[in-house]
Amino acid sequence: MDIAQLVVNGLALGALYACMAVGFSLVWGVLNVINMLHGSFIILGGYLAYFAWSYWGVHPLLALPFVGVGLFALGYGLQFFLVNKVVRAPVLTTLTLTFGLDMILYNLMTVYFSATPRRIRLDLGSFEIFGVFMPADRLIGMLLALALTAILYYVMRTSKVGRAIVAVRMDQVAAQLMGIRVNSIYAITFGIGAMMAGLAGVILVLVFPTTTSVAGVYLGKAFVVCVIGGLGSVPGALIGGLVLGVVESFAAHYFGPQNALVVGFLLLLFLLLVKPTGLVGVRGYE
Amino acid sequence: MSRYAVILFALWVVVLAATPFFAENYVVRAAIVIAMYSTMALSWNVIGGFAGYPSLATAAFVGLGSYVGAVSQVNGVPMVLAWALATLVVALVSLAIGALLLRLKGHYFAIGSIVLVELFRLIASSWSSVTGGGNGLNVPLLRWEPDDVGLFILMVMLALMILAFAMNVVVKNTRLGFGLQCIRQNEDAADMVGVNTTKYKVAGFMLSTILCGTVGAVYASWVGYIDPSESFQILLTLKVAVMALLGGAGTLLGPVVGAATFVILEEVVWVNFLSWNRAILGVLIVFLIFFLPNGILRTGAFSFLRSDGASGSKRA
Amino acid sequence: MSGPVIELQSVARRFGGIQAVRDVSLKLEEGEVVGMIGPNGAGKTTLVNCITGVHPATSGKVLFEGRDVTRQRPFEAARSGLCRTFQVVQPFPEMTVLQNVAAGALFGQKISRLSQAYDAAHEHLEFVGIDQFADMPASNLTLANRKRLELAKSLAMKPRVLMLDEVNAGLNSAEINGALDLIKKISDQGISIIVIEHLMKVIMTLSQRILVLHHGELIAQGDPRQVVNDPKVVEAYLGEKFAKRIMGNDHV
Repeated sequence: MDIAQLVVNGLALGALYACMAVGFSLVWGVLNVINMLHGSFIILGGYLAYFAWSYWGVHPLLALPFVGVGLFALGYGLQFFLVNKVVRAPVLTTLTLTFGLDMILYNLMTVYFSATPRRIRLDLGSFEIFGVFMPADRLIGMLLALALTAILYYVMRTSKVGRAIVAVRMDQVAAQLMGIRVNSIYAITFGIGAMMAGLAGVILVLVFPTTTSVAGVYLGKAFVVCVIGGLGSVPGALIGGLVLGVVESFAAHYFGPQNALVVGFLLLLFLLLVKPTGLVGVRGYE
Repeated sequence: MSRYAVILFALWVVVLAATPFFAENYVVRAAIVIAMYSTMALSWNVIGGFAGYPSLATAAFVGLGSYVGAVSQVNGVPMVLAWALATLVVALVSLAIGALLLRLKGHYFAIGSIVLVELFRLIASSWSSVTGGGNGLNVPLLRWEPDDVGLFILMVMLALMILAFAMNVVVKNTRLGFGLQCIRQNEDAADMVGVNTTKYKVAGFMLSTILCGTVGAVYASWVGYIDPSESFQILLTLKVAVMALLGGAGTLLGPVVGAATFVILEEVVWVNFLSWNRAILGVLIVFLIFFLPNGILRTGAFSFLRSDGASGSKRA
Repeated sequence: MSGPVIELQSVARRFGGIQAVRDVSLKLEEGEVVGMIGPNGAGKTTLVNCITGVHPATSGKVLFEGRDVTRQRPFEAARSGLCRTFQVVQPFPEMTVLQNVAAGALFGQKISRLSQAYDAAHEHLEFVGIDQFADMPASNLTLANRKRLELAKSLAMKPRVLMLDEVNAGLNSAEINGALDLIKKISDQGISIIVIEHLMKVIMTLSQRILVLHHGELIAQGDPRQVVNDPKVVEAYLGEKFAKRIMGNDHV
């Protein structure tokens, strides 16, 4: 496989990772909460799209808005009623809470949806450009991921809510003094986090077989993306995702696919020690 | 030093030790598991409870201990020696890693420590020539009567639990424990007052892993088979932290109470609600966070068991 | 002991683009009480941070009893006898008053047994006058007593040099008088002291010598009366216009 192919594969994968991780990054950066449910949100989104497709013939692109709204509501509700009670507690408390909630969600999904791997196969053929080979569904997945991330970025920069979220991320106290209702922003941000995860899940189920047991894997990748790209910023998540995608692509080729993950984690550990705020250098919480 | 805590602990050890003589096999098994988790939770208490560094690396070192113990035994090392070797290796590895990992704080430290678990798992999976890779490793079994094996392992695990408790008592009543608590409450102020924070944190971290390595090695000898996914479970590492939190992190008996409560609940749930056991544990955890955020032993009724005050003060 | 107990040679410290301290050279002789004044942002606290290793100097040297300690870490400074207090008091919030001071004895003085540390802590608490609060949670103290706690903690570390950073901020005049007495008592024990202050009454009463910092530079040092009348100092505090007006009237 030549370099160009590896790079393109990596970027396609990376775009998906970026879309997966951006919600996680926002929640961590703004609420200072590590959302252990994030991986399960991704899988949930994917499963919902899959079932809509296989039972009702709903095209995944059509399912996107519904999954988005559904996951947003779920995230908003969870945060507003549960997570918000401990949002100012120490690390271990919030992490344990989201972990406990994740165990519940995970169990619900395994019982009601079962753990069979699922994938929506849209047999669309593949492209070849300048000697680089790309299946059409991957290409669509990549473009969708980039588009969703771009939309989020645009919304964050231009809408009132988006600006408020950034303000809370920078300085919660000052934001309150400016009249921003922080609890509301927290809930909205968590909702957005869940929504982006769900949407990423829809893309995922188009491209890879998806099952509840890989929820942890994608959560892990979200961690790595955050450490590479910094917390709470969309551009950061994008860069982090693309970097991870390319790194994994090369690592899989030279060291074998199962070791690609090891390389990702080593990169994370290395960065944590050297520059925990990430390559894009946004100041995160400790 | 709280005398009540020591007395209650001793009573509890006696109860657990007596199980082979009056109860069914599955109760003995449960006692072994309780002793295991108590050891791990008490160990975690040093870095997580006293020092306030939320380590999620327990599983990494338990698994490491399992593998070193198993691989040694497979290569002919006698069982108890294999256990000692596992302990030593874990101590050295945690020293090396601790020096790096403890530069991180808060969330970053928690993540770094979780990643360690995953990393070790992946290494165990890949290094098949030594570890047997994904196929796991068979450990030579103890060729005694099953009842005798159970009794023996129970005694070993209880011994480890006692060591872990003793470690907590010693740490809490010496400069090390005082320093770790200063670090937890205000690391910068601790630095200013003369605490070599790096040295203390690394020492705390090492202490929190050593006995976990031994537990891992003994466990491997007991069950006779280990594999990467089972030995390096993130679920385990989180359970240990939750147990200490449940009972009351930073107290002497907290981890013991938490471990016992959790394991017993888990056994009950497992038996009766198999397919829902994860959800029920999840609910338990959520309940814990909301209603017992500081642990069982930190609620008012149990204050006689704690010794948080200036107990060294001679003048009142 | 001959030679200054602290000597700074061309010490400078920058934070990114900001030069917080530039080319400061000074000496502190044993047993002296030196006042350090200067407008807000002059670099006084930064200088103390350089001396104690919190923000090591980016250039220049810090010598303590003749040894080069420029690169030392804060805990090393504390142990060797270079102690400082903070403008905003930083106790260990969950510990009692006694335990806070015991921390100083345990780690600064390197006492190894807890009970010994507690005994030493009581002594220091008595010295500063708050031993009656020994078993109270440190966070329940009044501001004035918290300052005394800081002092007791620093004294428990057996300092050779004590740097007091605006120890009187927020105190009323009765409390300030109490603090002044205490500082004099400490000086009588032979400890060299640097007092950073805004209150002229305190500075003039305590200091044998005054250092004036402005924009990170040492613009004047010497006898208190002289320094206070130095035109540069007046200008730094009051600005050019006022300085001219006041100097013109031979004002003190």
